[in-house]
Amino acid sequence: MKQFRFISALALALVLMIGFNACKKVKDADLKTSIEQKFVANPDLKDVMVDVQKGIATLTGQVKDDATNTAAINMAKEVKGVKQVMSNITIAPPQPLVSDADATMQAALKDALKDNSGVVYEVKDGVVTLTGEVKKSDLPKLMQKVSALKPTKIENKLTIK
Amino acid sequence: MALQDKYKELIDAATQAGVSVSDQGGVLHIDGDVATGDVKDRLWQIYDKIDPNFTSGEVVLNVNARAFEGGKVKVVTQESNLNIRKGPGTDQPIVGKAAKGEIITLVSKANAQWWLVRTNDGEEGYSYAQYLEPVS
Repeated sequence: MKQFRFISALALALVLMIGFNACKKVKDADLKTSIEQKFVANPDLKDVMVDVQKGIATLTGQVKDDATNTAAINMAKEVKGVKQVMSNITIAPPQPLVSDADATMQAALKDALKDNSGVVYEVKDGVVTLTGEVKKSDLPKLMQKVSALKPTKIENKLTIK
Repeated sequence: MALQDKYKELIDAATQAGVSVSDQGGVLHIDGDVATGDVKDRLWQIYDKIDPNFTSGEVVLNVNARAFEGGKVKVVTQESNLNIRKGPGTDQPIVGKAAKGEIITLVSKANAQWWLVRTNDGEEGYSYAQYLEPVS
């Protein structure tokens, strides 16, 4: 009888342990889902992945800046049951802002400088910067073609061959 | 005022040719149509003399010989033939060519960069305006 009791106690303990473990596993998965659901609301966090192990959330991926990284950490911390948040998120290099006017000018320059293969051009705030090399005899025509697009300024850094 | 002094000869010649000159944030913008291609070339020569190889970034010289739709234009490419394309853009297929120095007809101006032209063989299409110079 004593032996039976011992065995049943052991069995109970085993069941409890398994149950506890299973419960814990579900909990990590739930936490992961909860965090992900919060992140979905913020398009800046679309490239962030979440992993939860024993209540510790690890964030990986890329965001546009530090503030977004901090926001992601705070959002994950707010989820009840999350003990700690580790962020391995990297910050994306800044994207150059290209205005519509600059993009239009850039496209027009492609047509204008089709025959000037050694010339590299860049547009920023209406200022056209020319680099690379050009023959002296081709330079006036090149400048005329660029000027005809009405840039704000022409930064001519071309090397004359 | 230094800009006005440095480019005095260019400003005087431009004003005389009837185009506008304005100082926009330290850059002289010279804009407008002139009577002939020779006047345009002369202005560019003066500009090159004051600012050799145009490296100072102080001037945007956008003067063009006045062209009339239905008038004649000369092909002023550097050395190659001028492409005549199906539409206005270098992504458009080439439908014909005009030789350097050839005189063709300007049908209409699609925009400032692309003009509709017709060769003497009757080929019609779009060419880059900067390679065309009106002849009187």
